[in-house]
Amino acid sequence: MADNEKIQSSETDPKVSQLSDFPDEIPNELPHQTALIDRHAILEKSPMLLLTFSLLVVTVGGIVEIAPLFWLENTIEKVEGVRPYSPLELTGRDIYVREGCYVCHSQMIRPMRDEVERYGHYSLAAESMYDHPFQWGSKRTGPDLARVGGRYSDAWHVDHLMDPQSVVPESIMPKYAFLADTPIEADLIEALLSTHRMVGVPYTDEQITSARADFRVQADPDGDWDGLAERYPGAAVGNFDGQPGLTEMDALIAYLQVMGTMVDFSTFTPDASR
Amino acid sequence: MSERKIDDTTGVETTGHSWDGIEELNNPLPRWWLWTLYATIIWGIGYTIAYPAWPMISGATSGLLGYSTRAEVASNIAAHEAKNSELVAALEAADLTALDNAEGLRRYAIARGGSVFRAQCSQCHGAGAAGAKGYPNLLDDDWLWGGDMESIATTVAHGIRNETDADARYSQMPAFGDILEKAEIAAVVEHVVSLSSDDYDRALAASGSTVFADNCAACHGEGAEGDRAQGAPDLTDAIWLYGGDRDTLTTTVRDARFGVMPAWGQRLSDADVRAVSVYVHSLGGGE
Repeated sequence: MADNEKIQSSETDPKVSQLSDFPDEIPNELPHQTALIDRHAILEKSPMLLLTFSLLVVTVGGIVEIAPLFWLENTIEKVEGVRPYSPLELTGRDIYVREGCYVCHSQMIRPMRDEVERYGHYSLAAESMYDHPFQWGSKRTGPDLARVGGRYSDAWHVDHLMDPQSVVPESIMPKYAFLADTPIEADLIEALLSTHRMVGVPYTDEQITSARADFRVQADPDGDWDGLAERYPGAAVGNFDGQPGLTEMDALIAYLQVMGTMVDFSTFTPDASR
Repeated sequence: MSERKIDDTTGVETTGHSWDGIEELNNPLPRWWLWTLYATIIWGIGYTIAYPAWPMISGATSGLLGYSTRAEVASNIAAHEAKNSELVAALEAADLTALDNAEGLRRYAIARGGSVFRAQCSQCHGAGAAGAKGYPNLLDDDWLWGGDMESIATTVAHGIRNETDADARYSQMPAFGDILEKAEIAAVVEHVVSLSSDDYDRALAASGSTVFADNCAACHGEGAEGDRAQGAPDLTDAIWLYGGDRDTLTTTVRDARFGVMPAWGQRLSDADVRAVSVYVHSLGGGE
């Protein structure tokens, strides 16, 4: 108010009636009391206090909602068969993330009859336990991919990624033909596996030291891939893109072909409490 | 707050704040609004008691209603299956070739098979089953592995050239690029073109017929009419899986083809496999 002296303080403004102007009348609100419930005014008048107490409230919310997920047994169900990704699959997964596949494709089959009938068994939390970050997604412009592994031949994936409309004329998916022209190297594969180990993926020393060989042999059906099959059970081996040399197409298809295939659902008994 | 001020015009208490002489009325919240807020809080607490919610030491409270998403989806599926159980049992027991005598069951099989086809098969064979390059057209009567009901059901259940099913249909044409000279390949391609077209080089095709008899007839037959026992296509019709022009035929002879189909018996129920077989058989080419 100091910036405009023509405006009077409400206490001296004759147009503003004061409580004392009506000594015999009862105001239309209950008399004001400084009860406990009104103490929030103290917080609202001090930014630092407000900030501190807001943080406290959010912290309590976080502890109640997030922290239990790390120890409650029914959120960390152990499921047999889930293994870390092989080096080539992990590289393919990085391409999946880089190309933003998750923007149109989810990897989360929800526990509903229509989804289970179309895509297969509903997804389990454990199936993405080695995903950093997970690719559950929240949008299905294209179909869910959580169990796409083994559903199509490698050749179909090549045809489809090169020109989706050649096999599915009604598709609106863009072409990813450049993947077949982009060679990949294993130069950083040990570092990639080690980084994933830092965030909790249990890669063994053996897996990291043999990463380079595993990376190459998975796309070479004529190679000696016994070690790979031992370290990464169920890993699909093949010349995924059908042409010599390792390309991003090989890696992406290796990843697509393992998706949702790790758990054997004929031996899986769902725990009803989860 | 000790000194309350009443606005002259409305008679309502003000907050005491004043901005350029403008003051803020301190109207109480409407009672109905407050009571709604309190009701939602009470309902919210009740909800967390009725449904799984509160984290405890080793698990969360399971809720008084005993709700679980897994139990719900299982019961939804069971309820749906129970509704169709008679038809499904009849379909699983039926002789598929004699379905024509059971009109209701046949209608059910085709409806069910159609929905399976659109969800699982259309990505390769097309929504209308007309196929695409490398993925056979299922509408015509040209079959690689046989078009009678039993052959179709076997193909659907076990797939073709996959590595997951030991009973998968399997055959492998050699890549003749390593076996024949380029000139021989050109001649045999010309011979194959001559089988279903009038536009060919007669001399070249004649020399190709010898190459064909020596290398191809063992599988495709002396008359090139194909052999369904080994999935060898009939080369005398003008129906091509990969293309019948000379360039494509040269690639096919040189590199060979290796079309793979997954074993759907591993993914679909027995009733689904039977239903989709009936559906495919009904599309027009069934034998």
